[in-house]
Amino acid sequence: MARDMKIRAWDNGKNTSIKAIIFHPMETGLRKDKKTGKKIPGHYITEVNCEHNGKNILTCLWGPGVSKNPFLSFDFNGAKKGDKIKISWLDNQGGKGDSSATIS
Amino acid sequence: MQRRTFMKGTLAASGVAVAVSAGLLSPRAVLAAWPKAAFEAKSVPDALNGLGVSTTAASGDIQIKAPDIAENGAVVPVTVKTSIAGVSSISIFAEKNNSPLTSNFNLKGSAQGFVATRIKMQKTSAVIAVVKADGKAFSARKEVKVTIGGCGG
Repeated sequence: MARDMKIRAWDNGKNTSIKAIIFHPMETGLRKDKKTGKKIPGHYITEVNCEHNGKNILTCLWGPGVSKNPFLSFDFNGAKKGDKIKISWLDNQGGKGDSSATIS
Repeated sequence: MQRRTFMKGTLAASGVAVAVSAGLLSPRAVLAAWPKAAFEAKSVPDALNGLGVSTTAASGDIQIKAPDIAENGAVVPVTVKTSIAGVSSISIFAEKNNSPLTSNFNLKGSAQGFVATRIKMQKTSAVIAVVKADGKAFSARKEVKVTIGGCGG
């Protein structure tokens, strides 16, 4: 789990754009293991929190309908270069992770 | 070459350490907020009910960017953009999925009415975006043709 997230944050002239990819299987719980025929238990991210300088700006609630290795992009304003962006996530099996980036 | 790999390894490891300590410092009991009923609902109206929305008004101020034909239903890029003021949340539904609600984005403060993500689609259906603003709900839809379903089963 060394590289579980990539974040890019930059000033696009008008506001700040964030793009992030979280590396996660996002298993729906509907798929079957081809060898054993048993259902693979669901394993997906339920919540993603995005913070700008410690202040929450976006909370994403996700279900299994979000693709594997989820991609997220959003815009916000009121930030300047050098500000900190932190994104953290939780999954339905108690897993979690977070990563930070600086606006460039 | 070996040195390079070593450097990469240490950098990655320190990143994890920071992540772990930060995670321990700010434990959150957030799972309780996850609207289970909405995510497990089998139809769009049920899922909307789970999110506390009873009716939605069609709006021309919501743009959904998604492919007309998605070859791989497991990865369908969807972008929702809206010019409605005071947006508090954006939800994305895939109408004919087992559980239509894929994602719900709660925007706060200075976040703009724009989100992009990638969703799974079981079969050809509409992608529906529901935008909540000032206590009202607006929706827009776009048909996406799916060649290979992406929900397994």
